[in-house]
Amino acid sequence: MSTAEEPQPVVEPKPDHSRRRWLLPAAFFVIGALITGGIVALLMNIAQRKAESTQPFFQVVQLTETSFDPAEWGKNFPAQYESWAKTAEMPASEQATPPAGDPRAFMAKSKLAADPRLVTMWQGYAFAVEYNEPRGHAYMLLDQQLVKRVQPPFKQPGSCLNCHASVPEVLNAIDPKDPAGAWATMNKMPYADAAKLAKHPVTCIDCHDPATMKLRITRPAFVEGIKAYKATQGIANFDPNKDATNNEMRAFVCAQCHVEYYFKGDAKTLVFPWKNGLTANNALDYYDSIGFSDFTQSLTGAKVLKAQHPDYETWAQGIHAKNGVTCADCHMPYTRQGAVKVSDHQVRSPMADEAQINKSCLTCHHQTEAEMKGRVETIQSTWKESSSKSFDALDQLIRDIAAAKAAGNVNPDWIAAAQQWQRKAQFFQDYTVSENSRGFHAPQYALSIVADVTDAARRGQLALRGITEPVTKDPAKDYTPMKATPAPTTAAPATPAPAATPTPIVNPVYSPAAPAPTATP
Amino acid sequence: MVSKLLALAGGMRGFLVLIGAGLVGVTVGIMGFTFGYANGFAYFADDPATCKQCHSMNKQYDAWAKGSHKTVACQECHSPEKHSQPVQWLLSEADNGFWHSLKFTTGAYPTNIKIRDHNKELVRENCLNCHGNLVSQIEQPSLHSNAQIDCLRCHNEVGHKR
Repeated sequence: MSTAEEPQPVVEPKPDHSRRRWLLPAAFFVIGALITGGIVALLMNIAQRKAESTQPFFQVVQLTETSFDPAEWGKNFPAQYESWAKTAEMPASEQATPPAGDPRAFMAKSKLAADPRLVTMWQGYAFAVEYNEPRGHAYMLLDQQLVKRVQPPFKQPGSCLNCHASVPEVLNAIDPKDPAGAWATMNKMPYADAAKLAKHPVTCIDCHDPATMKLRITRPAFVEGIKAYKATQGIANFDPNKDATNNEMRAFVCAQCHVEYYFKGDAKTLVFPWKNGLTANNALDYYDSIGFSDFTQSLTGAKVLKAQHPDYETWAQGIHAKNGVTCADCHMPYTRQGAVKVSDHQVRSPMADEAQINKSCLTCHHQTEAEMKGRVETIQSTWKESSSKSFDALDQLIRDIAAAKAAGNVNPDWIAAAQQWQRKAQFFQDYTVSENSRGFHAPQYALSIVADVTDAARRGQLALRGITEPVTKDPAKDYTPMKATPAPTTAAPATPAPAATPTPIVNPVYSPAAPAPTATP
Repeated sequence: MVSKLLALAGGMRGFLVLIGAGLVGVTVGIMGFTFGYANGFAYFADDPATCKQCHSMNKQYDAWAKGSHKTVACQECHSPEKHSQPVQWLLSEADNGFWHSLKFTTGAYPTNIKIRDHNKELVRENCLNCHGNLVSQIEQPSLHSNAQIDCLRCHNEVGHKR
């Protein structure tokens, strides 16, 4: 406390030598410690990288044919296991809130809400009740157990587990001594009973041999399917576990599930329709030849097919397949971890983020991430626009047939012909929208399917009116051009030339007396 | 013993200097060992195998070793010419060496590595160092767009398929 009357004498502050004396050595000590610590850290980093590059695998546990728990495999292969577990990750933008009472914190968005034309298409089938966007492998079992399609009044077979659970564990629980018998039993069981035996979604043992880690096929339906397909290529008795190349296996293991299939007969045996080949046309021909239909469309009475998710077959028609680029190359790309590369088991879209595009596309494509993304977006948006138009065409065919049936005065043969066209249009539309790449896996092929849908819907609508249009196969031979009547050359310029006699347009008059169309699809 | 040491060092101050010098020696020793352990001397030579010491360029190295340019060392394409441009050479080595060490240590780089634009330009110039005479007629900027022709746009796999 000082006052104005009593000035304080100015005193030089006494320098605190005792403190300053230690400041400099202390600073040197800290800096020296930091430098040394940093160098040792670098040394350890180098040592770790060197170790990684020489010793990428340590066996901690012995894996056997009954090592069903992926965590056990994770002890030997922690990097692969960790990335597999990450299939549970889901971007917030893709999440939807489950209904009340649902044990899930979040679920995938409804595809039916995004495009209600699916609801019309699937009238008479469980898919019209609930159908969602796909999500990570981690959820396949849980999501299936909770989907309305497996709840009463719907009855589903144990066959569904073929692709929604780790099957070796289920078969072992049914009969460890007879896997083939156990598989037949599982297929026929009611879904709820079979699902009780399933403990995991797809895990290590579904694709890998526990002794050698080699890729292997565990699903009997694929073994039969690929055998039938290879026979069409002139290769008899093909066994993927013996005859497939390693590169083929990088697609085959995925093709155990990401395919079109049906349940055969009362045994509910899972079968892939590959006897004629892998295209949508081949599949339709196959189903027609055995007289199979998944359900009767309740609006039109058509016997129709439900296409599943023919990712493998569609990929097989594309440029990547032709160049030997497999599912794993893009969806499980090699990922650098320190000095080693690990196959990324977080199976997902290569478009997930920039790092993912780099790992997958840029391994072969020398462009930037942005350019690759742009290419994919162009392919997908083109497909989206075209497939929306074909969906409209199908939808309008369904409404037309329903209206004709309601009117009750249409030649039943015309309706039957229209139903056949609906069967084709619906199967193809379903085929391309249920496929998971939005046209990317085989862009030109996908658009050809879309064009076929539009054509089949158009022909169906004409068939309903008793009209059968010719199909031009070779225009040079089986097509006659229609030519306008030439305008009179002497006509005065002031008066317009008389129009050519128009071909009368056949109005959609429903008449039971009219003759039946002769051709069917 | 202690008093003898103190006397030898010329008092307390000298003793502390000795300790300090010893500590600096420890640090330098660890530095030296780390450098040697990491095979740091290789970076001052031009053996192409040096470039895959950290394993991130294994793919490029393997492809180069099987390619048409396998007798041309990495730096002949990727660095300025050492004898005619010693300063640029040193700067380029330091620039790339620093970023390579940092990125590899932190792991902050993509799985498929990419060349930076100025290094790409350097490669183009080095193409011309050898092939300049052959391509002098086509290497000129286009009459219409004035754009430099980039050898690598078409010949992007001659050095090493990525």
